[in-house]
Amino acid sequence: MCRVVELQQAVLAGNDAAAGILRGELAARGTSVVNILSSPGSGKTALLEAELLLARERGVTAAALTADLATENDAMRLARSGLPVKQVLTDGLCHLEADMLAGHLRGWPAKDTRLVFVENVGNLVCPASYDLGETLRVVLASVTEGEDKPLKYPTAFGLAHLVIVTKTDIAEAVGFDEAAFRANVEQVNPGVDVALCSARTGAGTGVLLDRALAAADGTAVHMPVMAQARA
Amino acid sequence: MHEMSIALAVVDQVGEAARSQGVTAVRTVRLLIGELAGVVPDALAFSFELACAGTAVEGAGLAIETVRARARCAPCDGEWAVGVPPRLACPLCGRATVELVSGRELRIAAVEWHDDPADPGVREPISQEG
Ligand SMILES: Nc1nc2c(ncn2[C@@H]2O[C@H](COP(=O)(O)OP(=O)(O)OP(=O)(O)O)[C@@H](O)[C@H]2O)c(=O)[nH]1
Ligand SMILES: [Mg+2]
Ligand SMILES: [Zn+2]
Repeated sequence: MCRVVELQQAVLAGNDAAAGILRGELAARGTSVVNILSSPGSGKTALLEAELLLARERGVTAAALTADLATENDAMRLARSGLPVKQVLTDGLCHLEADMLAGHLRGWPAKDTRLVFVENVGNLVCPASYDLGETLRVVLASVTEGEDKPLKYPTAFGLAHLVIVTKTDIAEAVGFDEAAFRANVEQVNPGVDVALCSARTGAGTGVLLDRALAAADGTAVHMPVMAQARA
Repeated sequence: MHEMSIALAVVDQVGEAARSQGVTAVRTVRLLIGELAGVVPDALAFSFELACAGTAVEGAGLAIETVRARARCAPCDGEWAVGVPPRLACPLCGRATVELVSGRELRIAAVEWHDDPADPGVREPISQEG
């Protein structure tokens, strides 16, 4: 006979469970993950280069893992900091998943590394759905991308703990409307902070490291409205 | 597109449930997808067919029900459809004291299958009369 069986299972339950386990394992190792999301070319690697140098200067143990569909260019750029860096090639996958990341973090980096910055695949759609066991989720948007990005990618911006506008050194040249951008972020993620930075000039690059360390130390991060409901 | 990953997760979970009940043919998989789940239903339907191939779920239909996103502001006692892109600040007080009631669902609600091995079930030829 034909039967209807109520399953009521979250499709991403497997990833969420893996993320929860990874979060616990990392905590036991004294490590926090910062998950960085943006469109291709928004300046993730440039900002992370600045964060790694700052971390070094301040004596903070940090590492970076960068995920791309192809090429090791980003890892080569980040490795110039002298800190531990790992390149992950996703073999066609447009996002990282928790069990993949867990595999790459097995035994790496050394115990008591405070921060691991994870540069997700450049893509504002797919990575948003996958919890990676991070302590802080940061979404970047460069001044050249248009003020309506938060409205076009509401899940990405709506789930951010922190939003950072990059390439502010050219904001004036491209006519970036900061107030409009902030209003759009507020619409999809009320109460989230929006910080401004330029990896080129160094302006504002300290914010990410400060926030990452605060979150690693247990300071409560912003709770997005969208993160409250699931499945 | 991550719809392929989502489809594979659905097929995995349904296949597992079917196996545990000794079911060999799944007729329909019912999914609930919230407007804010970040999943495109058409892309998912396309991926689902590919993901089913060669599994216990092969041949199953996919029924997707979209769930409207709604939010509530407790202090104002108001509830509204947030739309897409969503308006998540309270339209009455403008504050961020908002709770999302629905819209992030990405859930296998139910499956339909034949669980009697003696009954082939699926579309038996209708006997021709006259
Ligand atoms: N003017 C200016 N250009 C920048 C800044 N940050 C990055 N860029 C430029 O923007 C381009 C992309 O920067 P990346 O750091 O590679 O961006 P990404 O987000 O890592 O890119 P993908 O990994 O390919 O997604 C490069 O040409 C950088 O030089 C900045 O602060 N100011
Ligand atoms: Mg990069
Ligand atoms: Zn209100």
